[in-house]
Amino acid sequence: MMAQYASILFSMILVNNFVLVKFLGICPFLGVSRKLDSAVGMGAAVTLVMVLAIAVTWPIQQLLVAWGLDYLQTIAFILVIATLVQLLEMAMRRYLPSLHAALGVFLPLITTNCAVLGVAILTVDEGYTYPEALVAGLGAGLGFLLAMVLFCGVRRRVEEAEPPEAFRGMPITLISAAITAMSFMGFSGVIDHLFGA
Amino acid sequence: MAVATNVADEPTLSQAFSKGLLEDNPALRQMLGLCPTLAVTTAVTNGLGMGMATTFVLVCSGVVVSCLRRVIPKTVRIPAFITIIASFVTLTMMLVKAYLPALDEALGIYLPLIVVNCIVLGRAEMFASKHGPLLAAADGAGMGLGFTATLTLMSAIREVLGAGTFLGVRVLPPFVEPMIIMVMPAGGFAVLGVLIAASVWLEQHPRHRHKVVRRAAGPSASLCAACPINCGIGDPTNEACAKDEFVEMLEAAVEAARREREERDE
Repeated sequence: MMAQYASILFSMILVNNFVLVKFLGICPFLGVSRKLDSAVGMGAAVTLVMVLAIAVTWPIQQLLVAWGLDYLQTIAFILVIATLVQLLEMAMRRYLPSLHAALGVFLPLITTNCAVLGVAILTVDEGYTYPEALVAGLGAGLGFLLAMVLFCGVRRRVEEAEPPEAFRGMPITLISAAITAMSFMGFSGVIDHLFGA
Repeated sequence: MAVATNVADEPTLSQAFSKGLLEDNPALRQMLGLCPTLAVTTAVTNGLGMGMATTFVLVCSGVVVSCLRRVIPKTVRIPAFITIIASFVTLTMMLVKAYLPALDEALGIYLPLIVVNCIVLGRAEMFASKHGPLLAAADGAGMGLGFTATLTLMSAIREVLGAGTFLGVRVLPPFVEPMIIMVMPAGGFAVLGVLIAASVWLEQHPRHRHKVVRRAAGPSASLCAACPINCGIGDPTNEACAKDEFVEMLEAAVEAARREREERDE
């Protein structure tokens, strides 16, 4: 049982990394990965929102299916996630001001982040149970955080380099993202060997 | 009045349409909608299908947002736009599932994710909510076709190099080994990087060179377009709206929050 959760967690972090393998959440990945503390803050905020979003959207999906309304999934999920993020921001500002100072500014940015909606839809498509879905959300968020932190390190070196003029800015960033993604290809098959799943 | 200033620089129909094709191409110039651009472009049929689906949503949501632009209160406009867009995405999903089940299978979760595609919300916020329905439709069609063209070009490169086929038909001679890396995630990043570099290089052609002296690629409005933070710039054609600027603002906000916390602790 534990092995199954561990297998979901690590496959979400390494093999199915949301940014580098599934291409979800590319905007914040490219936009906020320049400084380490912003990258960590964004990654932590995304992780938090992903787990909470799944905690809310999974039961909603069961209700929608029970009522035969599952075609409303997309509309329901995006509105629920947007509301959730707003409420979270307000609650954090009121009750956890120190956490709000660290993560609060990132929250409004996540409302329309495709990674959060993506993980909610993905767990439904995969037919995970509630605890499995929560673990998958945690794994997806940690994978995002890992990719952000790793890429932040890569990017610092790239900023000092002098690529050809046409490659400056976004193109060279994408090329270095390609190389980072290549390193993650090395993880494919790791989960099967570790957990025999 | 905001309405009055907009009437003055009202673009013509053809201007609204042609802007998205090259000059403001969503993926290559504005860096919007990069997630589907990278994710679904492993085969030409997928890229083309994704592009057409996005175009459909862009045109329909643009027209509806434009018709309702005087009815929707400014404070709740983003949730209202998202609801309109999500309705059309749901409609698209149902149509694709009914008539093109293979495409539905191939696009998977990226089809519902059109709803969070920065291009769609960005055009609703920046264009459709300020212009009439006809112009909004032209703008949506232009942006959508520009996006489709980029997706098709990119998936053509990746499919030919990575699988040796074009639209499923083998084009490379049998002795050429396909480069599998091109259809893998890493290939997506690399091809997009090279395409953007190529578009910058074309723009820096001697004829236009004085206009783009050492400027990094694109106005990069991707964070701003779908961004609910009212930073006040909100115009991708404005050079101050570059993403660097945005990130600096974000970092300044983090810094200010930290200072505030320290002051409170003292």
